[in-house]
Amino acid sequence: MADTPKIEIRGLKKRFGSKVVLDGLDLDVGNGESVVIIGGSGTGKSVLLKCILGLLDPEAGSIKVDGQEVIGLSTREREQVNRKFGMLFQSAALFDSLSVWENVAFGLISAQGKSKKDAKPIALEKLAQVGLPAQVGELQPSELSGGMRKRVGLARAIATQPEIIFFDEPTTGLDPIMSDVINDLIVDCVHRLGASALSITHDMASARKIAHRIAMLYQGKIIWQGPVDDIDKSGNAHVDQFIHGRAEGPIRMQIPV
Amino acid sequence: MNPLATVGRFFLAFLQQIGELTIFASRAVSHCVRPPFYFRHIGRQMLDIGYYSLPVVGLTALFTGMVLALQSYTGFARFSAEGAVATVVVLSVTRELGPVIAGLMVAGRIGASIAAEIGTMRVTEQIDALYTLSTNPMKYLVAPRIIAGVLTLPLLVVVADIIGVFGGYVVGVYKLEFNAAVYLKQTFDFLEFMDVFSGLVKAAVFGFIITLMGCYHGYRSDGGAQGVGRATTNAVVSASILILVFNYAITEIFFATR
Ligand SMILES: Nc1ncnc2c1ncn2[C@@H]1O[C@H](COP(=O)(O)OP(=O)(O)OP(=O)(O)O)[C@@H](O)[C@H]1O
Ligand SMILES: [Mg+2]
Repeated sequence: MADTPKIEIRGLKKRFGSKVVLDGLDLDVGNGESVVIIGGSGTGKSVLLKCILGLLDPEAGSIKVDGQEVIGLSTREREQVNRKFGMLFQSAALFDSLSVWENVAFGLISAQGKSKKDAKPIALEKLAQVGLPAQVGELQPSELSGGMRKRVGLARAIATQPEIIFFDEPTTGLDPIMSDVINDLIVDCVHRLGASALSITHDMASARKIAHRIAMLYQGKIIWQGPVDDIDKSGNAHVDQFIHGRAEGPIRMQIPV
Repeated sequence: MNPLATVGRFFLAFLQQIGELTIFASRAVSHCVRPPFYFRHIGRQMLDIGYYSLPVVGLTALFTGMVLALQSYTGFARFSAEGAVATVVVLSVTRELGPVIAGLMVAGRIGASIAAEIGTMRVTEQIDALYTLSTNPMKYLVAPRIIAGVLTLPLLVVVADIIGVFGGYVVGVYKLEFNAAVYLKQTFDFLEFMDVFSGLVKAAVFGFIITLMGCYHGYRSDGGAQGVGRATTNAVVSASILILVFNYAITEIFFATR
């Protein structure tokens, strides 16, 4: 079973009304592999993650997790599959009716059946890993800064030690030093826990650090993918334009006049 | 624009809404009757729906009972039937006005706040986050609210009934100068178990309607703050209309044959 990819996506299509977002996308994430998706704003990177998580229903295609088809699962089966996942949302999506540590402990209590008393020390430990002191655990999410919210979301995503972790822009809104701490943490999750990771980022420094493999999403398809060391010699004009952040090139930003 | 097409489109959208609401309601009910139950959430919601609604419901019930006594007196005095005032007040309050007034007040208070809370959770992806943490939002958010609504509204209506009848008594005895003992005797002489019971059944149904509409509109809301605002309005308006419709239907079921 070693060669069954952790996630295998084939021919995935998703559109909203007449707007086609994903158009026959293929992507694999191997066991213990860290894949980073890059691509312009609004190209459907977050939509891709939501399709894998079952939050959006694609029109066509197949998504297999550990060889099991996950499109069209019943709610109960879906819950089982989702136990393997941890997700950091782009907007952090913290529960604002719960305190910070209760947010981090949520999955431990709901998915792993731990008591609040047992879950709290683990939650505080995860908060420490993302550089937040224990006092922050007692605050409400509305009292946090944007970067702090992101880190709490990250702590919540990794708290249950999931097999597959999705990071939607983990370093956006963080200062460069904290970004690097987070990068190290992601690398650590993959190396030490053997988790597979699928991350989205616009931050090329972060991508170079956390990725084994980089894939570029453009017009609903993966137009290039390869080992992180090949990113500078991809030979693909779209990739080159993206990683060097040039306005001139084959990718035209649709700016309405 | 073809006017017929517009009518047709409107009608189809209406049918679709009904279909979606039915599916949502049956899923919600199935989560209400199957464990696990989030007892702490149910308790907190009951406190919110019941206890914190007491001032509003109590005040409206009081003045409704008072005006009812005054109005029925001026009406009945024209054919010297003043003795019926107490009976009219107690029957109207327990059968109709207690449940309807409590229902409408709670629809404004709780229906709106449920829709706003769940709607905000929807547009800020908190509901998505619940899914990824192996928690079914129907079970975690919707079921406790509906259970609390169905359990709490009857209790609230008992209080509204008592306060409403008391309001009638105050006006009857202190303003219209009925004898206190006679007024009380007339209040309870003709009151039957069914009068109060039908009111409590109504209350439970209204509790279901209010919480269901709040959850449903909140759950489907999209488009940021504006979408949440729309969901709130829709929850209150639709709950209020449904309360009046079901009020008639339940009255019909209970009393039409007698
Ligand atoms: N629920 C939705 N309903 C309608 N359209 C949507 C919805 N979610 C996303 N879209 C559309 O799908 C497209 C892709 O959105 P997505 O959020 O995946 O972008 P993204 O690649 O994550 O961009 P960014 O880097 O800015 O986060 C956008 O054009 C957006 O308008
Ligand atoms: Mg995104």
